[in-house]
Amino acid sequence: MTLIAAENICVRLGGAEVLHDVSLRVGKAEIVTILGPNGSGKSTLLRALLGIVPLAAGRVTRQDALRIGYVPQRLHIDRSMPMTAGRFLSLPARQTPADTAAALARVGVPEVANRPMTGLSGGQFQRVLLARALLAKPDLLILDEPTQGLDQPGEAAFYRLIEEVRRDTQVGVLMVSHDLHVVMSASDRVICLNGHVCCEGTPLVVSNAPEYRALFGLGTQGALALYQHVHDHDHTHDHGHGHDHAHPHSPAEHPHA
Amino acid sequence: MLDDFLIRAALAGIGVALAAGPLGSFVVWRRMAYFGDATAHAAILGVALALATDLPIGLGTLLVALAMAATVSTLAARGWAMDTTLGVLAHSALAFGLVAVSFIPEVRVDLASYLFGDILAVSRVDLGFIWGGAALVLALLVWRWSALLTSTLSEDLACASGLNPDRERLILTLALAVVVAVALKVIGALLIAAMLIIPAAAARGLARSPEQMAVLAALIGMASALGGLRMSLSYDTPAGPSIVAVAACVFCVVAIVSRRRHD
Repeated sequence: MTLIAAENICVRLGGAEVLHDVSLRVGKAEIVTILGPNGSGKSTLLRALLGIVPLAAGRVTRQDALRIGYVPQRLHIDRSMPMTAGRFLSLPARQTPADTAAALARVGVPEVANRPMTGLSGGQFQRVLLARALLAKPDLLILDEPTQGLDQPGEAAFYRLIEEVRRDTQVGVLMVSHDLHVVMSASDRVICLNGHVCCEGTPLVVSNAPEYRALFGLGTQGALALYQHVHDHDHTHDHGHGHDHAHPHSPAEHPHA
Repeated sequence: MLDDFLIRAALAGIGVALAAGPLGSFVVWRRMAYFGDATAHAAILGVALALATDLPIGLGTLLVALAMAATVSTLAARGWAMDTTLGVLAHSALAFGLVAVSFIPEVRVDLASYLFGDILAVSRVDLGFIWGGAALVLALLVWRWSALLTSTLSEDLACASGLNPDRERLILTLALAVVVAVALKVIGALLIAAMLIIPAAAARGLARSPEQMAVLAALIGMASALGGLRMSLSYDTPAGPSIVAVAACVFCVVAIVSRRRHD
């Protein structure tokens, strides 16, 4: 079931074409990651899907009454506005204190409800943004580099949390990341973007695609071996939990297929 | 009771503060201080046009303030440098207003009352206009509160939640023009923006949530209006500047106290 789909969209910002002929779709309970260098239009693509920037061509279709939870790349809260984390979670829709407490506990920061947003650490701030997105009871989560400001263990924990939420609520996830390792292990599908879709597919297919390797300057066998290693590890893990819808291996490599 | 000019003056001040406090909080949050200035200064031009065309003063001010607010919003949306544009518009509006007013003899005599307010001369009709406008602004803000707050925080988050930030901005612009029109008689064109910003800025030091800040700003504004009125009576000072001076003192006290508390 398709939650959101873009068909041949083009976006122009200030006269320059930032996105050209981009198509993608995200299905229920699917984790899709957009990968690309700086300036490749990743954030713009998310903003176009959300209707924040206008399309120059193409169209975006959404499932009826699709609820979206959005975590922006950056959110600056002006110090002139007094805003506690708990109050922030009730924007725009009022939440009960019990629901906000549960959401903060879910993302691992139960202690921040009464703290001002401007006093939170980068990691706490990102988690509060995620908690707010989850409170919308979304069908689709759209995350724009959600692990900014998190250290490596924090980042790994964040993506584990996303996977748990997906498992528990069957939410679809579309996210932008620049972290290749995490993308390879946590995504069902990867879309490699550089103004247009360079290549897409399962993490393994993409990591072997020449377009991807050219884009990230991965000429060496060593880098590839690393990804395959990471990937093999995940494969056994996935299998143990009976997750095979997200199977990144090609059938030829798959002894049980 | 409304026969007493003092009671009318007090009610007029309270009415203006009631609307200016919460709206002023948005002006502070959205960094629209200069925007408020430009709109308020345009009110003088509105007075001149109203007198020249025999329109009620309130209506003339409202129309010109709306036109100014719409101009600023349009230019902002087209990517003009806001600081410069507002600096140009705010002062030009005042200059053209003063020039236009000089062509109308009966205003020249009475110019000070439009620049600095004439709260002691508020009539019953004025009072109805002030309270009607204040009620309209408060109703707009309460009705759209959550959407306004979300779009103020982040237009992207508002869009993603299915809100339309452009519409919320339009509502604030409209509310601003109404407040300028109702505050002209009480505060005067020069200092209307101060009545928006200073009570809200003072409330910031005491508030823990946006709602608290809006309510406190209204209360501080009311106290300033009554204090300024008292000062104006006792020392025969101009009403608008007196009210703003009291608000500024409250701001200083709060700033010092809340700094102490944080140390």
